[in-house]
Amino acid sequence: MMATQPDELQAALSRRYDAGFVTDIEAFSLPPGLDEDTIHALSALKEEPEWMTDWRLQAYRRWLKMAPPAWAHLKLAPIDFQAISYYSAPKNRPKSLDEVDPKLLEAYDKLGVPLHERARLAGVAVDAVFDSVSVANTARDQLAKVGVIFCSMSEAIREHGDLVREYLGSVVPQGDNYFAALNSAVFSDGSFVFIPEGVRCPMELSTYFRINAGHTGQFERTLIIAEAGSMVSYLEGCTAPMRDDNQLHAAVVELVALERANIKYSTVQNWYPGDENGKGGIYNFVTKRGECRGDDSRISWTQVETGSAITWKYPSCVLRGDRSVGEFHSVALTHHHQQADTGTKMVHIGRDTKSKIVSKGISAGRSQNSYRGLVKVGKDAVNARNHTRCDSILIGKQCGSHTFPYVEVKNPTAIVEHEASTSKISDDQLFYCRSRGIGEEDAVSMIVDGFCKQVFRELPMEFAVEAKKLLEVSLEGAIG
Amino acid sequence: MLKIENLHARIGGKEILKGLSLQVKAGEVHAIMGPNGAGKSTLGNVLAGRPGYEVTEGTVTFDGANLLGMEPEARAAAGVFLAFQYPVEIPGVNNTYFLRAALNAQRKARGEAELDSVEFLKLVRAKVKDMGMTPELLNRAVNEGFSGGEKKRNEVFQMALLEPRLAILDETDSGLDIDALKQVAAGVNALRSPDRGFLVITHYQRLLDYIVPDFVHVLADGTIVESGDARLARELEAHGYAWVRERRPAEADA
Ligand SMILES: Nc1ncnc2c1ncn2[C@@H]1O[C@H](COP(=O)(O)OP(=O)(O)O)[C@@H](O)[C@H]1O
Ligand SMILES: [Mg+2]
Repeated sequence: MMATQPDELQAALSRRYDAGFVTDIEAFSLPPGLDEDTIHALSALKEEPEWMTDWRLQAYRRWLKMAPPAWAHLKLAPIDFQAISYYSAPKNRPKSLDEVDPKLLEAYDKLGVPLHERARLAGVAVDAVFDSVSVANTARDQLAKVGVIFCSMSEAIREHGDLVREYLGSVVPQGDNYFAALNSAVFSDGSFVFIPEGVRCPMELSTYFRINAGHTGQFERTLIIAEAGSMVSYLEGCTAPMRDDNQLHAAVVELVALERANIKYSTVQNWYPGDENGKGGIYNFVTKRGECRGDDSRISWTQVETGSAITWKYPSCVLRGDRSVGEFHSVALTHHHQQADTGTKMVHIGRDTKSKIVSKGISAGRSQNSYRGLVKVGKDAVNARNHTRCDSILIGKQCGSHTFPYVEVKNPTAIVEHEASTSKISDDQLFYCRSRGIGEEDAVSMIVDGFCKQVFRELPMEFAVEAKKLLEVSLEGAIG
Repeated sequence: MLKIENLHARIGGKEILKGLSLQVKAGEVHAIMGPNGAGKSTLGNVLAGRPGYEVTEGTVTFDGANLLGMEPEARAAAGVFLAFQYPVEIPGVNNTYFLRAALNAQRKARGEAELDSVEFLKLVRAKVKDMGMTPELLNRAVNEGFSGGEKKRNEVFQMALLEPRLAILDETDSGLDIDALKQVAAGVNALRSPDRGFLVITHYQRLLDYIVPDFVHVLADGTIVESGDARLARELEAHGYAWVRERRPAEADA
C-alpha cells in the first residue's frame, strides 16, 4: 500500500542547486583559442618572469604531442580546446578588501565564504579565487608573523620565485598526463602555501574557487610546501553557477611534505553537476598528488564530492620517505547523469610506509560512480602496509557503482588488504526510521550521513557540518 | 482507541491475515499469541505501515481516524509505536542523535515545540534511570553490533522516550535471558497507564508472568481463533497450540 514505485522515486530525485547564480561584473577575457601566442599573452598579462613563460611553453609543446586519456569509465564528448578562453579576470583589481567590488563580496556571501573579520574570528584564512585572479586574501599578516606564506600562485611567482622554481612540477611533472600538461601551459591562478621548518600553521587555510564567466576554462594550480616538522591543514571548497554549456576545470595540486611534516588537504566540491537531463555542468579533470619526500612525513587527503558533470580525479600519495604515511578518505555522491571516476594512488617507495584508503560512494538517479585505486609497492619498500575499504550505496535502480582496485607489489614483505561492499539503502532501515516518526527524506540523509561518518570525522569541524548539509541538499527528494 | 475490523492483508501475493478483528481500549494490555508463521508480525507491520503489505479488505481506525491511510511517520506521530522483532542496524548514526531526531519529528508533526539538546539530554537521563538502560548503548550507532538482548532493550528504551499511545511489542521477549526479561517487563509495566494501550506479541507464555495482560488472543492462520483472559495463556502453555486447533471445529459445531 505504501510501496514506493521506481517511477515516483525517479521523479522525486530532483536536486536543488543553491549556488547557481551569475555575478554581473565586468570581466577582461582573452579571446578563445590556444597557441604559443596565447601563452605569451597570458604570461605577459600576469607580469611573469621569463623563466615562467619558458616553462609554460615547454609544457605546451609537450601537450601538443599527447592524446587525451580514454581509459576512464566515462562517457565524454570531445573537448574543443580552441573554443575556450584561457584568461578571464575582473577588470579593476583591488589592492585591499575595501576596494573589492561589493558585488563580488555579495557573491561570496551567498556562498557562505567567511571573508572580513568573520574569517579571522573563525580561524579561517581565505584566499578567494574569482575566476583567474586572486582578489582577496585575509589573515595574511597573522600568518606572516610565523613565517607562513599563503598567497595566490601569481603573486608567489613574482615574490617567491625561488621557492616556486624549486618545487613547481616536482611532484606532478609537466608531462605527467594530458590535463596536467595543459594546466602547466595555461594555468591561471591558485594558491601557494609555504610552512617553514617546525611551524604549526596557526589556522586552517581555506580557498574557495568559483567559476563565474561562461566559456572559461579554469586551470588552477596549487602548491603546498611543508618544511621539516611543520604542519598544515588546508581546505578547498568549490562551486560554479548554472550554465547550459560544459565548463572545463583542469587543476593541478602539488603537495610536498619534508621530514616529519604533516599536510592535511580537504576538499568539499559542489560544482554545478548539470541538470536532470545531463545538460551542462563542470568537467572536472584534476591531478592532485602529494609527495611524502621526507622520512616520517604524512599526507592526508579528504574529499567530499557532490558536484561536476564529470569528475576524473585521483588524489595520490608518493611515499618516498621511510615510515611515511599516506591517507585518502573520500565521499563521492553522484546523481542524475553525473559520472564520477575517482579514487587514489598510493605509491610506496620508502621502508615501513603505510597507506590507508577509505572510499564511500553514493549513487542515485542514472549516475555512474566508479572507484579506481592503485596501490603500488616498489621493490625497496620493505614492510609496506596498505588497507583499503571501499563501500558503495545505491539509491534507486538505474544508477551504477563500480570498483576497480589495482595492486602492484614488487616487495614480498608488503601487506595489502582490500575490503569492499555494495548495498542499497535498505527498505528495512528506511522503515525503521519512519516508524519512529522520521520522514522519508530525513531518513535517507540520516542513513547516508551515517554511511559517510568515517570520512566526515576527518574534516575540520565546520566543514564537516557543511559537507553534511551538502549531502542533504544533494539528496533532496531521494527515496530509497 | 484501536479498532481492527475484518482485516485481510497480503504480502508477496500471499494472503496472511484473513479477516482479523480486534479492539484495544486505552489502558488495556492485550497479548497476542500464536504459532510461528501465524501472522503476528504481519499484524504489527500492517499497523505500523510497513511498505509491501497490501490490505485487501477491512478497516483499522485509531482514535477514530483511518490508520491505513496514514504514512508510517504520521502513525508514529499519532502515537503508534512498534518494537521490532528484528531491529535493524543503522551504521554511523548515533543512537542519541537518532532518538532526538525521532522525538522532535513527532513533536513537530503534532505542533509541539521541539526539544533543544539540553532539554533532551535531561529527558534521556531521567529515562535511562527509570528503565535501567545501559548508558553506553546510547553513545553507539543505532543497534550496530548490539547483542540480541541489547537490541530489545533499546527498543523498549525508545518506547519509554517516545511515550506512544499504542505500543506494539513484537516478540520483545525472544532471545532474552531471565534477568533481561524481567528488566524489559519492568520497563513495560512502568509505562502502563490509563491512557496507553499495549499489544504484546509473544510466542511464549513466560513473558506474561511478568506483564500480566488484560486479554489474551490466539492468532492462528491469519485470524483470532480464541480470546480470553490471562488464564488462556497458561492453558496454552500447558496444552500447546495444537490444543486450540483441536477445539476450534468443536466450537464451530456448537
Ligand atoms: N515478504 C514476505 N513475502 C512472502 N511471505 C512472507 C513475507 N513476510 C512474511 N511472509 C510469510 O507470512 C507468514 C506470516 O509471517 P509472520 O507474520 O512473520 O508470522 P509470525 O510473526 O506469526 O511468526 C509466514 O508464512 C511468512 O513466511
Ligand atoms: Mg514474528
